[in-house]
Amino acid sequence: MSERITASPEHTSPRARGEVGAHGAPGEGLTRDVTDPSSAPHPDPLPASGEREKHRTRRAAPEATLNAIHAWLLLLPAMALLALFTHWPAFATFIDSFWSTPRPRRPSRFIGIDTYRHMLDDPVFWQSLTNNFWFALGTIPISMALALLMALWVNDRIAGRALVRMAYFTPTVLPMIAVANIWLFFYTPQYGLLEQFRSLFGLPSHNWLGTPDYALAAVIVVAIWKEAGFFMIFYLAALQTISPTLAEAAALEGASRWTFFRRVQLPLLMPTTLFVLVNAVINAFRMVDHIIVMTRGGPDNATSLLLFYIYEVGFKFWDTNYAAALTVVLLIILGVTALGQYFFLERRVHYR
Amino acid sequence: MSARTASEPYAPRGFGLALESAAAWLLAVLWLLPLLYAFWTAFHPSEFSARFTLTAPLTLENFATAWNAAPFARYFLNTFLLVTMILVCQFALCTLAAYAFARYSFRGREVAFTLVLVQLMIMPDVLIVENYRTMSRLGILDSIPAIALPYVASAFGIFLLRQTFKTVPKELDDAARVEGASALQVLWRVYVPLARPIYVAYGLVSVSYHWNNFLWPLIVTNSVESRPLTVGLQVFSSTDQGIDWAVICAATLMTSGPLLVAFLLFQRQFVQSFMRAGIR
Repeated sequence: MSERITASPEHTSPRARGEVGAHGAPGEGLTRDVTDPSSAPHPDPLPASGEREKHRTRRAAPEATLNAIHAWLLLLPAMALLALFTHWPAFATFIDSFWSTPRPRRPSRFIGIDTYRHMLDDPVFWQSLTNNFWFALGTIPISMALALLMALWVNDRIAGRALVRMAYFTPTVLPMIAVANIWLFFYTPQYGLLEQFRSLFGLPSHNWLGTPDYALAAVIVVAIWKEAGFFMIFYLAALQTISPTLAEAAALEGASRWTFFRRVQLPLLMPTTLFVLVNAVINAFRMVDHIIVMTRGGPDNATSLLLFYIYEVGFKFWDTNYAAALTVVLLIILGVTALGQYFFLERRVHYR
Repeated sequence: MSARTASEPYAPRGFGLALESAAAWLLAVLWLLPLLYAFWTAFHPSEFSARFTLTAPLTLENFATAWNAAPFARYFLNTFLLVTMILVCQFALCTLAAYAFARYSFRGREVAFTLVLVQLMIMPDVLIVENYRTMSRLGILDSIPAIALPYVASAFGIFLLRQTFKTVPKELDDAARVEGASALQVLWRVYVPLARPIYVAYGLVSVSYHWNNFLWPLIVTNSVESRPLTVGLQVFSSTDQGIDWAVICAATLMTSGPLLVAFLLFQRQFVQSFMRAGIR
């Protein structure tokens, strides 16, 4: 099991995983159990396999071709749809960003990098990008730290830990759109629960989502609440695979609880941390449902995130080619994340 | 007991455990607070929306009002059709592709697999502008297949199943082939049954993802006949309803209800599925 967990960050580096699998990594108990009974009916495979070997060498070339045709036929439906809805749109986004948006009187024409010049002069673009940066910086560290804390707590024998775990995880299964509605109510000035707490302590009423200074923070809180429980389960899974003998050994050496956490648990959780980090970065640039429900990017664009701005430009103002140029920026951000993950993970995580 | 303490020297005991439990519970309550608040509001008359008195009468009136104010029955049906369509197609396509990647060696396999993995980073969620254009060209805007299509060929599903298929012993495959089974028969009789737990895990993750998905359905749908629940809820709470929070909370709970109930009933499976799907 431990191999599986260390492999978690290799989510996108399957070649390494593949090798492990090919060399017979410990499979699931299930597959192991089935191996024996069904290979039993062939107690002396020698003659059969020898015959097959001959068979194979005789018609190697056509068989290889046939094999390839089979494989590509199996791949065809999935690859066609991937090409149509992932590869082509990514490519078309790039091309479209160099053309003007077609209008009723003016067909689309090639304008080169004009759209990008316009983008550099667009204050809303810069604000959305900055907001998104702060949104990522606000959500990622806090939700990951909380996730680790939650996992450590739920991993110990605290009273009612199944209930506690459920409480942490519940936001993950609920639609963002639904919980955003609830949080909107939560934040309502004078009326919402948060306000009632404040008035209990004699603090003045405050319009959290209506004030540019606080709106982004209010939205960040919702994102943290939604994500921490999801990340918790990865930490929990990783913690459960850390061998108890390590704790015994550390205790024999007289290490404190903190030292054990810092020197043993935390390094062993490193692959999980990086895996969660990549997911968190992607999510920070993908989550916009709550923005649409709670603030619509306002007040004064204070909560406009990049994808939300793409949505507004593309489907409110119908400036599709400008939206394409903005999408290129988003794709570059995601691409850099992917490359960073590839190089950083490949180097740092496989120290074992 | 002594065995346990010996093997878990760092597990908190006594006062430390009590303190840790208290902190964990405090956070848990904090985490459930918005949800509990929504429950309170939805099950009480609107004059009690923000007043907490134990004598407040319970009512289902808000749910009735919400149900009658918008075509939620239709939205439920749409979401059900959408989720089923995506799941069935994903299972079929990802199984075939994963089998090719796991058990065939052919020229271009590495390149093809890399092309699949691209989707892990560039999800359909961010390609809304071009995908909308494609749907418009295909003439299927405002339909359930239009919502489903970009997600059907799932890189995540292909990757997950490929990893699983690779752990199936090659001898099983060979044995079945010696008995005259074709490639597809082997896939169906050997690989798919052995990967059943992974299908369950992937299915749960996929269903909850697409039940909750919002931005893309919001963009491609435009009518009651194709809108899923999430979009229906948004239309309902932003236009039809003013600010009757009691009714909005009722509608909100109603739309997430089936998933929430399923989660509470099959909690362990849900957590394990998300874990399994993420880890592999």
